[in-house]
Amino acid sequence: MSYPARILPSFFRNTRLTTEYRHDLVLWRSRPAQAGALLVVVAFAIAPFVVGTYWTTVLVYAGIAAIGAIGLNLLTGYTGQVSLGHAFFLGAGAYAASVFAGRWGWPFPFWLIAAAALGGLIGGVVGPFALRLRGNYLVIVTLGLVFIGQYVFENWDSVTGGLTGVAVRAPVALGTLDVGSLSLLGRRLSRTQGYYLFVWTAVLVLGLAAKNVTRSRPGRAIQAIRDRDLAAEVIGVSLVQYKVGAFAVSSGYAACAGAIYASFARYVSPLDFTLFLSIQYVAMIVVGGVGSILGSILGALFLTALPRLVESLAGRLPFVSQSGGDAGITVFTLNQAIFGLLIIAFLLFEPWGMVEIWRRIKRYFLAWPFSY
Amino acid sequence: MSDFFQFLVAGISLGSVYALICLGFVVIYRATGVINFAQGGLVVVGAYLTHQLVMRWSLPFVIGVPLAMIGVAAFGLLLERFVLRRMVGQPVFAIILITLGVLFVLEQICSVLWGYDVLMIGDPWGVRTVNVGGAAIRIADLWTIGAALSTLGVFFALFRRTTLGIAMRAGASDPEAALAHGISPRAIHGVAWAIAGAVATIAGVLVAAGPKGVDLTVSAVAFRAFPAMILGGLDSAEGAVAGGIIIGLVEVFTAAYLAPAAPWLGANFHVVMPYALMIAVLMVRPYGLFGTEEVRRV
Repeated sequence: MSYPARILPSFFRNTRLTTEYRHDLVLWRSRPAQAGALLVVVAFAIAPFVVGTYWTTVLVYAGIAAIGAIGLNLLTGYTGQVSLGHAFFLGAGAYAASVFAGRWGWPFPFWLIAAAALGGLIGGVVGPFALRLRGNYLVIVTLGLVFIGQYVFENWDSVTGGLTGVAVRAPVALGTLDVGSLSLLGRRLSRTQGYYLFVWTAVLVLGLAAKNVTRSRPGRAIQAIRDRDLAAEVIGVSLVQYKVGAFAVSSGYAACAGAIYASFARYVSPLDFTLFLSIQYVAMIVVGGVGSILGSILGALFLTALPRLVESLAGRLPFVSQSGGDAGITVFTLNQAIFGLLIIAFLLFEPWGMVEIWRRIKRYFLAWPFSY
Repeated sequence: MSDFFQFLVAGISLGSVYALICLGFVVIYRATGVINFAQGGLVVVGAYLTHQLVMRWSLPFVIGVPLAMIGVAAFGLLLERFVLRRMVGQPVFAIILITLGVLFVLEQICSVLWGYDVLMIGDPWGVRTVNVGGAAIRIADLWTIGAALSTLGVFFALFRRTTLGIAMRAGASDPEAALAHGISPRAIHGVAWAIAGAVATIAGVLVAAGPKGVDLTVSAVAFRAFPAMILGGLDSAEGAVAGGIIIGLVEVFTAAYLAPAAPWLGANFHVVMPYALMIAVLMVRPYGLFGTEEVRRV
């Protein structure tokens, strides 16, 4: 019996104490957690009909970022391989979508799967670098990947359109069911609302898939590698298999996010996939929570919405000028500075990210009235 | 042939700027184990500060630059004291990310104070050239090489001959033994950041002096110096110099000879060539040319 049993009404009771390892692996352990998960799903489902087109668009981009961030968290948070090369894989996925769907006319699930597979393949080629290089050296090599990718995107004109970019036609449509023009209960949804539902369903599916990876044998293997790769190798974890595998899966997620991005934005250019994007993704998992799938989603939501929030509030701040150019504080400056300060503040004061704040709240109420 | 000689000098000149930036990386890395992604930010702050002192407050160049060096060194000291010191013992990505965060904040502070326009920091060397064996060599290039060489000389003398330098080397090679000898790791970390700030200022001045001027893109030079640092080995000052010169030469010669010979490579191939070279070298020597191999225990 868990001790809050007598104090809390039965619905809120944490029905199972963790006495065995398999209890730790359960996804939503207590009934409140199950109810909460359901509530979040319902809230997400009705959100696009409440918040308006602008914020729905922001949420679509947040969902796309969440998919990429989940991928990066598998690699960095769970396997411990720091990568600044995520933008390159996102770009690869986006251009792959533009070729597979736009040029070769492949139907919906196939261009997305093929783009993700291509990303995974490239990740699998890059992965072996992680076998030879460790820590800081690996970071710089993945940094080089972004610059090399940038160069390829800018110069491979026939595929990428060079600096001018390329228009992408990659509709998410299965037979007569087109995400761009869905109708629900006799009401036609806008393109943005349709994409919203599609993207966040993808986040749910891919998030659960990633969660399941981390709860199973490969998940334990990669976490062992993160904690001490030499020790993991000694107890029989194949570094080749799991490091390369982690790179492949992570880049697959990134390419998938890139492909959906291209499909939604309908236009991609090399400027979309700069080093700044990689840094944003690393920031997402740090702000959200390293080594947590939920954290990746929280971080993606927060860091995608924050610049838009700052923009909408900046008009009311007297010291922020609306036009760029001269010295003084502009919206762009403010956003970049807030981004930097946020990273510093989280690393200094909350290194396990937003998800740790949530865990702390949860712990407080679980241990109530003995919480201190 | 005279073309070749011209490119050679230009390459060495670019390489010595890279070497200076790498030296900043190496000093901090050896003392604290941190790769400082904010080095580009320090370079840019140093250049802007020089602009402030020399152009706006009309101090002579020879006084303005040392003052700017002192300013940025003090800034590096503060950065270490209030941000990086709290990160000791944290995982690699956390430290890298926090220096990136510092870079973002630094760039925005610069843009607020000085705007986005290109600002001049003075032109002490002009566009004159000297004729050496039929090749026109820019005086500015010679000054760049000279300034970098003398900085490196001072630096190596400091590390080899002074008590402070020896203390820093001791702290880097065995922090606990150094502590037992009364060497304060905090002081060492602070001094390392201060030196990196001063060296970054020199690099910033060398990049921005003359017609080029300073704007925020100057900080990108640090990202282009990364391959040089890795090529030489993260923890080797000699490696930083060798790597810097090699990468500078590779960049200039790629732009001069390979790009016209293979136009299908497109524009800007010389920008990625250093990274390609770095990756190739790392495959053969995973700790760079002069870096020390990390001893791994279970």
